[in-house]
Amino acid sequence: MMLLSIRDLVKHYGAGGFFRRSEPPVRAVDGVSFELERGETLALVGESGCGKSSIGRTILRLQEPTGGTAVFDGIDVFSLDRGALRQLRRRMQIIFQDPYSSLNPRMTVGAAVAEGIEIHRLARGPEVGRRVAALLEEVGLDPSYARGYPHEFSGGQRQRIGIARALAVEPSFIVCDEPVSALDVSVQAQVLNLLADLQRDRGLSYLFIAHDLAVVRQIARRVAVMYLGRIVEEGSTEALLSEPRHPYTAALLSAVPEPDPASGRRRIVLGGEPPSPSNPPSGCPFHPRCFHPAKSDRCRTERPVLRAVGKTFAACHYAESTPTQVPH
Amino acid sequence: MTRVLDVENLRVSFPDAGGRRFYPVDGVSFRLDRGKTLAIVGESGCGKSLTSLALLRLIPPPGRIDEGSRIRLEDTDLLALKSEDLRQVRGRRIGMIFQDPMTSLNPVFTVGNQIAEGILAHLPVSKTQARDRALQLLQEVGMPDAPARLDAYPHQLSGGMRQRVMIAIALAAEPDILVADEPTTALDVTVQAQILEVLDQLRARRGMAVLLITHDLGIVAGRADRVAVMYAGQFVEEASTSDLFALPSHPYTQGLFASVPRISGPVQRLAPIPGTVPPAAAWPSGCRFRPRCPKAFEKSHTEPPMLPVGPGHTMRCWLAEE
Amino acid sequence: MTPVGEALHRAWHTPRGRVSAGILVAIGLVGLFGPPYLPDPLAQPDILAGANLPPGPSHPFGTDQLSRDVLARVVTGARVSLAVAVLAVGLSMTLGAAVGLVAGYWGGGVDAVLMRLVDGALAVPRLFVLLLVLALWERIPVIALIVLIGATGWFGTSRLVRGEVLRLREEAYVSAAEALGARRRRIIFRHLLPNAMGPLLVAATLGVGDVILLEAGLSFLGLGVQPPAPSWGGMVFDARAVLVTAPWAGIFPGLAITLTVLAANLFGDALRDAVDARGR
Repeated sequence: MMLLSIRDLVKHYGAGGFFRRSEPPVRAVDGVSFELERGETLALVGESGCGKSSIGRTILRLQEPTGGTAVFDGIDVFSLDRGALRQLRRRMQIIFQDPYSSLNPRMTVGAAVAEGIEIHRLARGPEVGRRVAALLEEVGLDPSYARGYPHEFSGGQRQRIGIARALAVEPSFIVCDEPVSALDVSVQAQVLNLLADLQRDRGLSYLFIAHDLAVVRQIARRVAVMYLGRIVEEGSTEALLSEPRHPYTAALLSAVPEPDPASGRRRIVLGGEPPSPSNPPSGCPFHPRCFHPAKSDRCRTERPVLRAVGKTFAACHYAESTPTQVPH
Repeated sequence: MTRVLDVENLRVSFPDAGGRRFYPVDGVSFRLDRGKTLAIVGESGCGKSLTSLALLRLIPPPGRIDEGSRIRLEDTDLLALKSEDLRQVRGRRIGMIFQDPMTSLNPVFTVGNQIAEGILAHLPVSKTQARDRALQLLQEVGMPDAPARLDAYPHQLSGGMRQRVMIAIALAAEPDILVADEPTTALDVTVQAQILEVLDQLRARRGMAVLLITHDLGIVAGRADRVAVMYAGQFVEEASTSDLFALPSHPYTQGLFASVPRISGPVQRLAPIPGTVPPAAAWPSGCRFRPRCPKAFEKSHTEPPMLPVGPGHTMRCWLAEE
Repeated sequence: MTPVGEALHRAWHTPRGRVSAGILVAIGLVGLFGPPYLPDPLAQPDILAGANLPPGPSHPFGTDQLSRDVLARVVTGARVSLAVAVLAVGLSMTLGAAVGLVAGYWGGGVDAVLMRLVDGALAVPRLFVLLLVLALWERIPVIALIVLIGATGWFGTSRLVRGEVLRLREEAYVSAAEALGARRRRIIFRHLLPNAMGPLLVAATLGVGDVILLEAGLSFLGLGVQPPAPSWGGMVFDARAVLVTAPWAGIFPGLAITLTVLAANLFGDALRDAVDARGR
């Protein structure tokens, strides 16, 4: 059985309610489905406004979904009451992008890491301190750091603390919401290695949200590319990167700056701007910026669905002939 | 090769809690040539942003540029200028764009107004002429639907558009040099590609010298002629881009390359540089990379100068003598 | 160091903070421990010959028209004025924080209702309400005065706290606590309140200065602390008749008010700088 199964997930912001403003709702997530096996990493990739962060938070019910289902280990997450949800929270955790706001500046590191232990009464008295020390060591930090406050630590160290905090409740699934985007290159590598090691040692499953395809390639075996609230392409990382079938994937791939001046990759420079999720284009959401030579009226009127093409699943009417290079 | 800027032994100091001065920029030398891009690559805390601020003498007090530093813009000694002359240089000879377009624009003025302001400050033109010029600039930086955008407010524009406005403002007075401090870090990948493309075209068309500050080696690969790698307030390696990528010689540069995830080639476990970047108030003695360097040896306890590795390729490491 | 401790520590280490805190502490200590060493502030030893004496060796601040020692009255008045200010402000802060936290965190209808109530309350002039109640309630006991002042002074604070809570709600560490399964109570008391303390502390310090002035004004009008208990405002009120001939009876309590309010404001400023500087 799949560890996590998401069906037709929908999350709209700002819709309805007596006290709400009268503006069109932001359709952050507009019908997303995917599955995650135990011990695997699925990456969600996209640019700002594509909805990837909203998915992570909605699965954990940090926000209530507008529609769809999420089944975690056979349990229907969205129908749980508060008490049962609290129990489930032990098994699903999250680490955040911004190391500077992910820790309460008024709490010591030890208190932050111990919070989950206290909430779920996993230990008492001196045992709590022992667990905290063990967790800090596991993420590569000196246990004496427990007495310090977040502002004494660097971005990379704070991310590790956040990871230790998530691990404290012994989850089997962690949503990694752009955990390395705000870190320096060499620190990024340390944290990525740590995440990979933890996955191996604890059998963790990750939903890895990112915008950097090179990072994704390093850590995820499968990847789903998102655009404007939908998945536009999905498949194994190797397949998707070697033979992208959706034009947006090809453009993303081409835009990744590669430290190799002689790589000879031709650049696809997308025109236009990332669109607004409160006012999506009709038909295929990508059509205003699409450079596919076969682009037609059908793209403006009919929304493509995900279907198997080549080695991946892509939502494009002309996916069979997507160019990976554009005569520029 | 027409040299347009010459920086020698630039040192910037700040006082620490006890009042003693420390040097986040500690002896940086480089030159900028017309029509060429020099990239300074480094991680946070290496001093690259302060270096770019120093060129325009924008170091915030209590920091200051030290005696013994030299910055020459063609024949002008920038460090000796009085404030009015300095104001003439800022914008007119050297233009600057900053990292975060969200906070660099004034929210209460239209973008057209802000660009025109840059023009009017330096060029003897009328307001109408300035407005026309602003429109031209917006088109030149590739702003979609430029006539409509001229009267837009910053909050109505996306990140990529705002960055284009920043570039237009920087170019308003036709500078010879453009300093771009992490111009694409806050932008999406596809927008990043657009902006870099714009910068490249502008450089070629106008023959400007570009100083590109970044932490991203990938950006450098396609867009810079020469690269300087910065660590702990100093350049540790300098070469043409192709030479640097073909033969990264300084152990820090090699460490950076080994820790970057790749989009092609085999997927291997990343090899991060152990330890962390030292704080500016406490640079290590001797070679500053020594505590983290896998190749450190006895001589590393003495601070190395920049030594030649090949033609036009230097590094701050005693291993160059091997 | 705890967050409150750190802010105080940092404020202390500025010249302005140290001087103003020193003054406040000195006034507090004198008010607390001074009276046993001074003549009885209520005693009127010799109205005929001992009234309106200028400052001298036996009466450093002189005597008032009822021959009471002015210094003793100023010092005892300090107790009353500071007690009223601190307790009333404490009450205001507690009420304001409670309402602000609930409104900010629960949001939605609860927030809307609470804030409309606060808007309405803010529309009524505080002084007017106080004057009305105090005019009707003769010889009000000090405790009731404190409660009255405190209960009419929390509205602005609730808005302040609500604003902080709205901002803090979006911080990642609050989401992290929710993801860990924290109940609302834990989030409010462990995550929201401690981080909203900064502005609250500043508001409280400045509020003390405000209430001292308010109470002095009320007492000056005869509506605040009732005679014969000494209060600074009351002393100024009493000294009206002899202000020209025996000014010391009015000047010294007036100076006491000014000095205390000034010190409270300066310390509030220093605290605000300390809180802001913490790098949010």
